[in-house]
Amino acid sequence: MTNVSTTTTADPMIRLQRVEKWYGAFQALHDINMDVRQGERIVLCGPSGSGKSTLIRCINHLESYEKGEIRVGDTLLGHRSRDIDAIRRDVGMVFQQFNLFPHLTVLQNCMLAPIRALGLGKAQAEDRARSLLDRVKILEQAEKYPAQLSGGQQQRVAIARALCMRPKVMLFDEPTSALDPEMVKEVLDTMIGLAEEGMTMICVTHEMGFARQVADRVIFMASGAIVEEAPPATFFSNPRHERTRKFLGEILRH
Amino acid sequence: MGRDEFIFLLIGLKWTVVLSVVGFVCGSIGGLAIALLRTCGVPYLERLTAFYIGIFQGTPLLMQLFVVYYGLALVGLKLDAWIAVAIGLTLHASAYLGEIWRGSIEAVPRGQTEAAKALSIKYVSRMKDVILPQAIRISLPATVGFLVQLIKGTSLAAIVGFTELTRAGNIISNQIFEPLTVFGIVGILYFIMCCPLTILGARLERRFAMSAR
Repeated sequence: MTNVSTTTTADPMIRLQRVEKWYGAFQALHDINMDVRQGERIVLCGPSGSGKSTLIRCINHLESYEKGEIRVGDTLLGHRSRDIDAIRRDVGMVFQQFNLFPHLTVLQNCMLAPIRALGLGKAQAEDRARSLLDRVKILEQAEKYPAQLSGGQQQRVAIARALCMRPKVMLFDEPTSALDPEMVKEVLDTMIGLAEEGMTMICVTHEMGFARQVADRVIFMASGAIVEEAPPATFFSNPRHERTRKFLGEILRH
Repeated sequence: MGRDEFIFLLIGLKWTVVLSVVGFVCGSIGGLAIALLRTCGVPYLERLTAFYIGIFQGTPLLMQLFVVYYGLALVGLKLDAWIAVAIGLTLHASAYLGEIWRGSIEAVPRGQTEAAKALSIKYVSRMKDVILPQAIRISLPATVGFLVQLIKGTSLAAIVGFTELTRAGNIISNQIFEPLTVFGIVGILYFIMCCPLTILGARLERRFAMSAR
């Protein structure tokens, strides 16, 4: 793996402090504290309903939070839309359901945000889109519509679309959970390639092989709280909490 | 029924077409505004537009035309009959189209809005480039259906004394005492207006379905 310098800036790229979130009376996030440094690869895992998706969706304000503080770069994530838009430019997201725009071609999907949100010219946006589609090895499908592609291809387009904004951080919300098993590898390979280029990543995933290979830290969540976090070697071989052990026992049985 | 009578019917037809077009175009502009307000996320605006829609969906079009026609005169606005009817039809159409399009905006999967937000695409562009193109495709059957209803609804203008196609037919029929012939022809003229729209609607649906598949 490439030797990425992670400590040139002392401040973490993303910082969550004492973050709490409620849906009505139900508390979804309890006292979340997390720092992500530039170039770090974090894998978030845990059972259903543990709050892992909620947590990363708070980072780009797809969900709001009630207590605590979330900082992305120098910007405090509050309710001011200017800050939210600025943060969303720097934070890319890939969804479980791909969420490609069905009425636009693959190329148009990738060009839309740079044109509308970054103000790029059409030619410039097209060049960038083509080079990123090439990087995820899907350039030959540029003129197709999403419905004509397989799941794995669609997810790679979704990754390229997010990369077209040149984000500083990429969030992955269970990117392979909706894919047939034979397509999981092509998406994971794309994500590994990104990691090797030094992209800061937070991945919510059940793919433990990916975590072992790529993650700097694995964070285990349950019932809305962070239970344990450790580098993958320690996490998988020597989990400290009972809950972590139970989870690993179930998930690694397959 | 002679040539002059038929021409009189055609003049009535012309006014039916004018009323339908004005009602649909202006109603669409109003309807889009209402649909956007209904989905904007500000609770009191959403309730206000829901109330507006409720009034126009809950009362007869005939009554609405009466209220606009006589109400405007009471307030002092002496408008031509056809303008008053056009205003009434516009308000009516904006409520129905607003509700149809609100439904189709909400039928667009939430993931689309989330993906657009995650890409930092702001509200206007999000609606224009992502949500509305998908919403329009979803709304086509209901929108075309409503347009056909609107064309037939213009016949109510006859009650406030405006000579559109139905009233023209009424007048001719009273003159030449051949109601079956006259209204048969009037019915055929309405059908000639409505049928192509239904076919056009079906063709548009097929074209959109092909490009999305």
